[in-house]
Amino acid sequence: MNNGATPLARTAVLEFEADMSTAGRHRLAVEDLRGGLRLWRLAWSLGWLDTRLRYRGSMLGPLWLTISTGVMVGALGFLYSALFGMEIREYLPFLSLSLVLWAFLSSLVSEACTTFTEAESIIRSVRMPFFVFSIRTLIRNVIVLAHNVIVILIVFGIFAVWPNWNWLLILPGLVLWIADGLALTLLLGAFCARFRDIQPIVNSIMQIAFFLTPVIWKPEQLGTGAAKLPLNPFFDLMEVVRAPLLGHTPGVLVWVGAILFSMALWAVSWALFIRARGRVAFWI
Amino acid sequence: MTTEASIDVEGISVFFPLYHGSSRSLKKMVVAAAAGRLAKDQQQRIVVQALRDIHLKLRSGDRLGLVGSNGAGKTTLLRVLAGIYEPVMGRMRIQGSLNALLDPSLGMNAELTGRENIRLRGLYNGLPNASLSRLEDDVAEFAELGDFIDLPVRIYSAGMVVRLGFALATAIKPQILLMDEWFLAGDAAFLEKARHRLEEMVKGADILVLSSHQDEIVRAWCSRVLWLDQGKVRADGPSGEVLDAYLGREPAAAASAE
Ligand SMILES: Nc1ncnc2c1ncn2[C@@H]1O[C@H](COP(=O)(O)OP(=O)(O)O)[C@@H](O)[C@H]1O
Ligand SMILES: [Mg+2]
Repeated sequence: MNNGATPLARTAVLEFEADMSTAGRHRLAVEDLRGGLRLWRLAWSLGWLDTRLRYRGSMLGPLWLTISTGVMVGALGFLYSALFGMEIREYLPFLSLSLVLWAFLSSLVSEACTTFTEAESIIRSVRMPFFVFSIRTLIRNVIVLAHNVIVILIVFGIFAVWPNWNWLLILPGLVLWIADGLALTLLLGAFCARFRDIQPIVNSIMQIAFFLTPVIWKPEQLGTGAAKLPLNPFFDLMEVVRAPLLGHTPGVLVWVGAILFSMALWAVSWALFIRARGRVAFWI
Repeated sequence: MTTEASIDVEGISVFFPLYHGSSRSLKKMVVAAAAGRLAKDQQQRIVVQALRDIHLKLRSGDRLGLVGSNGAGKTTLLRVLAGIYEPVMGRMRIQGSLNALLDPSLGMNAELTGRENIRLRGLYNGLPNASLSRLEDDVAEFAELGDFIDLPVRIYSAGMVVRLGFALATAIKPQILLMDEWFLAGDAAFLEKARHRLEEMVKGADILVLSSHQDEIVRAWCSRVLWLDQGKVRADGPSGEVLDAYLGREPAAAASAE
């Protein structure tokens, strides 16, 4: 027999006491995050395998999504540019960007709810940092996003929107998206493990938010009301990525809003996660 | 490996709150109610007291067997030692690399190929890329996968799946080895082959905690036995003594739990 098998790499010291202080729980939660980042290759593989298994047996795989997104952008684009009386060459790049970003956000929020429950069998048979499953959910959605970006590229190509230095301004925005995405998986993942009927509620909230946020309609169409838009966290997040790509600079208020809302989201998620982490195994 | 393996458990208790009303917890609740294990916690939730005030101290070289009737809390104790369930009372400290053989099909995905399953297991254990191919060779050889290694596990024969699961679970050598009872079940022909590999792993481990219904195995492998009864320690001592006491009372204990 081959005895070259390697010993378990993780020589951990596991230490806890019940009725821990907040500092103790905080320490374990930080360890969880670190452990999850250390296992990024696992999270990456799980995210890829999820995507592959979901589209198993279909020839085009996730490209089906690209096609359906493309059809939707085309159909809505012509309809709404007529309804709103807007130039198609101005409206379609905006719409393609908005719809693709929103599709990412709403599917991430929805899947965040099952981040821990879908990993039930693993969580109950081995100690694993919960953050691994957060990264997995994020990666799975980024893969789909990457496929949908093709639609944006095609629309930008048709209407001659070319890359420019302004595009670099999206980088801080993308950092916020990643941070917020991970916070959402911790928050909703733990919350939905405890209360199983949350996911449909979350989905309806996202549906309402879709109409209240300038995704299909443009902020300018609100007239004077547009000044209040930065109060909508979804608007701020969309704008920090969308505006630079469309050749504008997001306003200061948009940036302040995006950063404040992200910090608030992390604070809430963290407060819940440090309490819930040790209990999730009992809930699922 | 430089650290000494050790397990220190002081007065831990584990309660299962009964949420969701799922059929799984409903069934467990009925079983627990019959055994008089239901209680209320500080927040007035109904809980199953799966473990109550367990003390345990194990050092390098210790081999502990867990015995007790169905529902006594053996699996729950193994899960606590593995760090899966964090106890609601007491404190514990586990030092050293650990492998818990709890679920025969841990993380195995029937849609993935044998090779993918092996690599995934390596990643779960945080192995570097270099050791992944060694893991692949070792597991494929023991499970006799041959050319099937690049085909989905879905089309494997039942024997092949069992061998793959076993080979995966035993591929990574820990300092602390936790083993639940399913692990020693299986048909005789397979056990013959598996035993050698398992014994090697047990010998290599500093600390062994084994839950088993088969008292010959406990007698042969363990120097100390912990007898759990309704989540509490009924007896703890040299394996011969405790096993004799347990087996002498077995019919009565089993009858009251059923
Ligand atoms: N997830 C769970 N939810 C509720 N009760 C549980 C759960 N897991 C175990 N229990 C209860 O805890 C007790 C101990 O179970 P277990 O550790 O599986 O026993 P054993 O392995 O000795 O047969 C049983 O009464 C069982 O009903
Ligand atoms: Mg059991």
